[in-house]
Amino acid sequence: MDVLERIREQVENHPVIIYMKGTPQFPQCGFSARAAQALQGCGVEFAYVNVLADPEIFENLPRFANWPTFPQIYINGELIGGCDITVEMFQKGELQKVVQEAVEKAKKEES
Amino acid sequence: MTGQTRAEKLRNRLVMALEPLSLELFDDSEKHAGHKGNVQGGGHFTVRIVSAAFEGKNLIQRHRLVYDAVGDMMEREIHALSIEAKAPGEE
Repeated sequence: MDVLERIREQVENHPVIIYMKGTPQFPQCGFSARAAQALQGCGVEFAYVNVLADPEIFENLPRFANWPTFPQIYINGELIGGCDITVEMFQKGELQKVVQEAVEKAKKEES
Repeated sequence: MTGQTRAEKLRNRLVMALEPLSLELFDDSEKHAGHKGNVQGGGHFTVRIVSAAFEGKNLIQRHRLVYDAVGDMMEREIHALSIEAKAPGEE
């Protein structure tokens, strides 16, 4: 499968997904760590892709969404931003709201 | 090279594109010495910008304007850019 197609499937099949360096348990970059921590603070499950373990995604994700850096956080298939935006939204209480809504919506669609 | 530092080049691009009312630029590269991106030569910067260009725009639209202004510097010269983008009156 084409890598851009693979990314599209990932972001569409997971209500909340983060592309990060390392994993939420073992982040390999401070920005990825902070973004993953904000997501964890929302109290719902989320998907993650370790871009360091997938060179093809590492190379191509920036052009997928025309966003040059990692991490990248997608909610309902749409890029919401990187570390700064995710943390800022979390501090305002907005991230919790959109993440929970996305997870609820996905559950309803499944049932 | 014209003798212009990476930070000066970054500042010039932001000023040209966004005509900021205020612009603070911090070079955090030293804090990340030994970090993989740094070894490869990419700098870490933090920018705080107040610009009318951000009025009526959400966070992702604002960050995109900044990345557009920075352009191809994101490919090699800059490894990480921390952005605080505010419209006048929000600061």
